[in-house]
Amino acid sequence: MRLRVNGREMEVDAPPMTRLLDVLRIHCELPGTKEGCGEGECGACTVLLDGEPVCACLVPAAHAESAEVTTIEGLGGEHPLQRAFAEHGAAQCGICTPGMIMAALALPPSPTLDDVRVALAGNICRCTGYHAIYRAILRA
Amino acid sequence: MPVVGTNVPRKDAAEKVTGSAKYVDDLAFPGMLHARTIRSTIARGRIRDVRLPFDRAGYTVVDYRDIPGRNAVALIEDDQPLLVEREIRHVAEPIVLLAHQDRDALLRARVEIECEPLEAIFDPQQSVQVLKDLRIVKGDVDAALARTDVIVEGEYRTGHQEQLYIEPNGVIAVPENGGITVYGSLQCPFYVHKALRIALGFPADRIRVVQTETGGGFGGKEEYPSVIAAHAALLALKSKRPVKLVYDRLEDMLATTKRHPSIVRHRTGVTRDGDLVAMDIDVLMDGGAYVTLSPVVLSRGAIHAAGPYRCDHVRIAARAVATNTPPNGAFRGFGAPQTQFALEVHMERIAETLGMDPARFRELNALRPGDTTATGQRVEADCSALQVLEQAAQRSDFHAKRERYAGTNRGIGLALFFHGAGFTGSGEVTLASRAALATSERGVRILVGSAEIGQGTRTMHAQIVADSLGIPYDDVETALPDTSSVPDSGPTVASRTCMVVGGILQRCAEELRARIGDLHPAEHFRRHGPTVVTKQYEPPHGIRWDDDTYRGDAYATYAWACDVAEVEMDPDTYEIRPIHFTAVQDIGKAIHPTLVAGQIEGGTAQGIGYALLEEVVMRDGAMANAQMTNYLVPTTLDTPTMDVVIVETPSHHGPFGAKGVGEMPIDGPAPAIVNAIRHLGLDIRQIPATPERIAEAACVSV
Repeated sequence: MRLRVNGREMEVDAPPMTRLLDVLRIHCELPGTKEGCGEGECGACTVLLDGEPVCACLVPAAHAESAEVTTIEGLGGEHPLQRAFAEHGAAQCGICTPGMIMAALALPPSPTLDDVRVALAGNICRCTGYHAIYRAILRA
Repeated sequence: MPVVGTNVPRKDAAEKVTGSAKYVDDLAFPGMLHARTIRSTIARGRIRDVRLPFDRAGYTVVDYRDIPGRNAVALIEDDQPLLVEREIRHVAEPIVLLAHQDRDALLRARVEIECEPLEAIFDPQQSVQVLKDLRIVKGDVDAALARTDVIVEGEYRTGHQEQLYIEPNGVIAVPENGGITVYGSLQCPFYVHKALRIALGFPADRIRVVQTETGGGFGGKEEYPSVIAAHAALLALKSKRPVKLVYDRLEDMLATTKRHPSIVRHRTGVTRDGDLVAMDIDVLMDGGAYVTLSPVVLSRGAIHAAGPYRCDHVRIAARAVATNTPPNGAFRGFGAPQTQFALEVHMERIAETLGMDPARFRELNALRPGDTTATGQRVEADCSALQVLEQAAQRSDFHAKRERYAGTNRGIGLALFFHGAGFTGSGEVTLASRAALATSERGVRILVGSAEIGQGTRTMHAQIVADSLGIPYDDVETALPDTSSVPDSGPTVASRTCMVVGGILQRCAEELRARIGDLHPAEHFRRHGPTVVTKQYEPPHGIRWDDDTYRGDAYATYAWACDVAEVEMDPDTYEIRPIHFTAVQDIGKAIHPTLVAGQIEGGTAQGIGYALLEEVVMRDGAMANAQMTNYLVPTTLDTPTMDVVIVETPSHHGPFGAKGVGEMPIDGPAPAIVNAIRHLGLDIRQIPATPERIAEAACVSV
């Protein structure tokens, strides 16, 4: 399979129905995308597929062929969302953080609190009660 | 410039926001095998036969006969086996372990276990196997009840709650240097170290436990990592290869510990004017199949059962019993959320019976400095129950809203509560925790076994050390919690990491400063080489506790809080939606206000889940909804707006006046919400208050 991940072409030798999550973590050696539940409920594995947030645990890798995949590693480290998450205490244990940031990337510019709550409704955080995450996104 | 009280950058923020932080499943070792646990599918029975009808080439198979030391999970009692020998006591009990380099091959292997099923007990009220019982007695309850005007009785129930850290339990065991090293997601490296020593029969120096970045714990990684670490270690020793054992969500929910379900009965005598005269309290907790931590969960639950109130006559009879379900264990709050739920809903009912305003009734009876708790502990000047109550009522506009919401589909309710920081009674003295500071090229390195599990251990400890030494925050580093290189600071539990371990670090810093004079520690390091200062916990002066009578100073001090919940009921679906939450919490001193607010907001959200959503459905002793699809925790859309107020009445027991903060936030939301539901005219005495229970209450109330 040929994948385009974070702007790089990658040749991956994996069965086509392999979860995109495993292909990213194991074959592409990009472990920033996390597995929390494996059933599309927690959102820890959220990545962008052609700009749309998806749960990488539910997407067969073949489905990502010829699409542009973006993971947390594709953001570098100085993205305004990353800086805001760090500054506002939005990352506590950190396991949901990559997925949260990827989901937040799909928000429109200058989102309202309601926009943020709806956009993140599929991403579970067990540490923060979400408010620090809202503060980070609204001020990013 | 002092950093205590400021929001310095978290030490671990950069790694976490870039995805470069290494959790256990992100690690791999050359030649590493994957592992799988074969578990019981019945709640009680005897194993007749175990068959492995597959070609075992490439597989490592471990059962109880491969345990070189003792087949026991070392904790309070050693009754729980690491691997079942013959007698099964709960569903999902580990029997056989498999390892293979290919995960698919692991899943293909079929293990047949033939069992003789035996009758199982699931109702704690039917159980005769008592894991622990205790009594707290103050004054003469029977005599006092006999002469009171009004007696109010009630029974309150809470269910299991799953910690649901987003990173499941996982470890990697690596055979190294004639011993074993375990890397894992865990809260208590030295608990795991001890458990491995006993299971493997190895000397202490052949075992090394290293905490990897941990994706949440909440108590769920206090005792269970000892089990999973020993399992991986057994496979690693037998295969002579590194072995990774990471649970998937279903296995984690099915097999690992949860919050103890409880049934609490109250019988309370009050005067017509609203003075508490006598409190007779009976606490029953369901411990599950083995002792694990039930005695200490029960103990904390019982000590908090009479709440932050003054009453001359109190009797608390508490017991934890065994049932044939997976063992229940540590979860944030550790028994106190259960008993304070019962008490605060009961207090609401007493106020109602007396026709008294609920805030006024609490105000009359709240502990003041100099009053004594149920165990006879005289609370000190930092007792601020009255202040937090008053502030919460004001901030939330409680009385005006109570009138305004009356007769609508909105309700408002409050809960007053407290939480003791550190181990109960003589626990901290027995633990004798140690912490150390070492000078380094950068400045100073913190050496503690305390785990960073999201709450901000590294950051908060570094702030305490920086200010105690008078050096910049950036010059303080933190060593990895690795049992081979840090002292045993005790477990990362019981809201003790700031107050107790932070306190020891502060003393280390003071001594280091005395030793190195005015020099920056980095300069001292360059001139004189490394200097290490190690200190041990010293009990505060004047603290007395009697383990036999449960009398005395149960905790060095308490934190105090009042929550106000506002809810709205959907009249068609009976769904209760929290709309706003006010949390006023006095934690002594916020070393890092953003971290403290994060603990309060996060703990409150977990408490809201406990109150309304999180229902563990047990069927034949097994969790029937062991998936995130149908075990629901609060999402963004279930979490209301929150007004968090941090109050700082300093305690002389903690560094810079700080007390424990981690657990208290989960004690209050459930009773505050249920009292808000009560304001709607619905009598709820069991959580979670699901739409089904609300509908049932509505049928009775109408």
